[in-house]
Amino acid sequence: MREITLSQAVNEAIAEEMRRDPTIVLLGEDVAEAGTPFKILSGLVDEFGPERVVDTPISEPGFTGIAVGAAMTGLRPIVDIMFGDFLFLIMDQLCNQAAKTHYMSGGKLKVPMVVRTNMGATRRSAAQHSQSLHALVAHIPGLKVAMPATAFEAKGLLKTAIRDENPVVIFEDKLSYQEKAPVPEEEYLIALGEACIRREGSDVTLVGTSSMVQVALDAADLLAGEGISAEVIDPRTIAPLDEDTILASARKTSRAIVIDEGHRSYGASAEIAARIAEKAFYWLDAPVQRFAAMDVPIPFSPELEDLTVPTPAAVAEGARRAMRGELFHAP
Amino acid sequence: MEGNRERNADAYLRMYRQMLRIRVFEENAHQLYLSAKMPGLTHLYIGQEAVAVGICDALEPTDRITSTHRGHGHCVAKGAGFRQMFCELLGKSEGFCRGKGGSMHIADQENGNLGANAIVGGSAGIATGAALSAKRLGSGGVAVCFFGDGALGQGLLYECMNIASLWKLPVIYACENNHYGEYTHVSEMASGDLLDRARAFGIETATVDGQNVLEVNEAAEGFVSRARAGQGPFFLLLDTYRFHGHHVGDISREYYRAKEEEELWKSERDPVSNFAKWLRGESVASDDELNRIESEVRREAEDAVEYALAAPYPGSEEVDMHVFAEAG
Repeated sequence: MREITLSQAVNEAIAEEMRRDPTIVLLGEDVAEAGTPFKILSGLVDEFGPERVVDTPISEPGFTGIAVGAAMTGLRPIVDIMFGDFLFLIMDQLCNQAAKTHYMSGGKLKVPMVVRTNMGATRRSAAQHSQSLHALVAHIPGLKVAMPATAFEAKGLLKTAIRDENPVVIFEDKLSYQEKAPVPEEEYLIALGEACIRREGSDVTLVGTSSMVQVALDAADLLAGEGISAEVIDPRTIAPLDEDTILASARKTSRAIVIDEGHRSYGASAEIAARIAEKAFYWLDAPVQRFAAMDVPIPFSPELEDLTVPTPAAVAEGARRAMRGELFHAP
Repeated sequence: MEGNRERNADAYLRMYRQMLRIRVFEENAHQLYLSAKMPGLTHLYIGQEAVAVGICDALEPTDRITSTHRGHGHCVAKGAGFRQMFCELLGKSEGFCRGKGGSMHIADQENGNLGANAIVGGSAGIATGAALSAKRLGSGGVAVCFFGDGALGQGLLYECMNIASLWKLPVIYACENNHYGEYTHVSEMASGDLLDRARAFGIETATVDGQNVLEVNEAAEGFVSRARAGQGPFFLLLDTYRFHGHHVGDISREYYRAKEEEELWKSERDPVSNFAKWLRGESVASDDELNRIESEVRREAEDAVEYALAAPYPGSEEVDMHVFAEAG
């Protein structure tokens, strides 16, 4: 199968959907000729024109709000939020307006829109361009949240999100844009709310999101050399969350570690760990562990920044301790 | 000429009836609050009726509006029926939003009302987005964004006006200056000339007496037809006044607004009674006709209140219904 980058996968997904559905419009800062600073959207304006691939002023709340109104009245906007950190700017439009409109109107109005943004540290971008804020929006009923780990998921999840009748927020890991993965030429969709088992194992379950899937896979490689068999689960979306697949794995291996790049406190790792603890408690041989970003603003200095995110070595050490039945609290 | 005169008379009486419907709706809503039959609280539109009616009469049912926390007037003016409105205010399942929105989120999709909004200025994006849809889909529709002077403090409004002007969207920003944002006078919250805000974006503006429905309607007709022709956006500033407090529980208001000021507006600038006086003076309608309209409206409201009070609440199965829209 051919391999393409995550960036190309996103571009293909949008192009295919825009060809299929003329009501799709793309709104954001420098999405047209510039194709975004990451060059993800390059070429789309040439095919679809500036009426559908629309450069906006630097007004995130404004163009997100406009997308909400457009979605309520017949368009299907894809909003590009250049950095996940800018989500704080659009919180009212996303969480008070988009998320609640369907419910507040008793099901009469709907908001089919996609917010594409990114996440992830270690790009040496400091505290306002490095956050992973998916838990903030996953906390709000009415929003769906997808976290593609590879190009394959990026394309399949985005196409599904564009066709969804609800607001969907997609977090792409900004360090993964140039990572390649096998992606079929033919069309496919990935349902929101379906986890995938990335690696089968029997001793310990590693649940990883976004780029932490790779951290989990690398940890699993380390453990395999020591005779510990790790199963790696990628939830792919955290809202809805495919609890069944996660719980089935935890019950099978009787040990679970959750790895997520959001901050540790009140984060996605906490939610997933809590569900395992609540619903698989009697199957567990060790406490559920969490690995997440430290509860500090992401520092600029590389020496410091690298300390803030989970690593394969740390996850592997957690797994070893879990195998020994030790109480272990990840940093 | 005679035909024109009749058409005008029809329009005048239609607008009079709609203003009266808002007034009577709100009086009943107030009574429901005072008699503890309505959950929560509400923000009455009494005093501002000419704004909603003058503007909405210039719109087609397919045109969109966005409304505010003081939104019953816009909802009535855009064509909503009383029964579904009172049901919504009382949290009943037959309400416009199945009782899940309430007074501050009442919406009427069928008549183009995209909803009241409990965030001040929060619907600026939605209205502007509706105008973007109208333009992209070529529907010929326009959108009106109702907001109060309080929303002039919100940055979202300026972002949206800037974009609407850049993209030449068919949207009319209707600023209802009722002089008070909650409990504070506009002069303490908005610096400079209010119209300069829109002018800065190259948006054409007009100021009208928001207590005079014909003046409002004439200005709205002009802006609406020009917006439809692709000349938007526009900004309409309407000088008006809320006769009641910020919300129904805002009773002691002397600390921010003098009783004399309130009395002056009520006695001199009541949009409903002044229009009735004008209709009689111009021989458009007799006392009998106006009285008949009033008794019809009051009966409609009484019937709707009675209906809503007896209507069922949503069943518990509704609580997690409509969090997400289903496909299709």
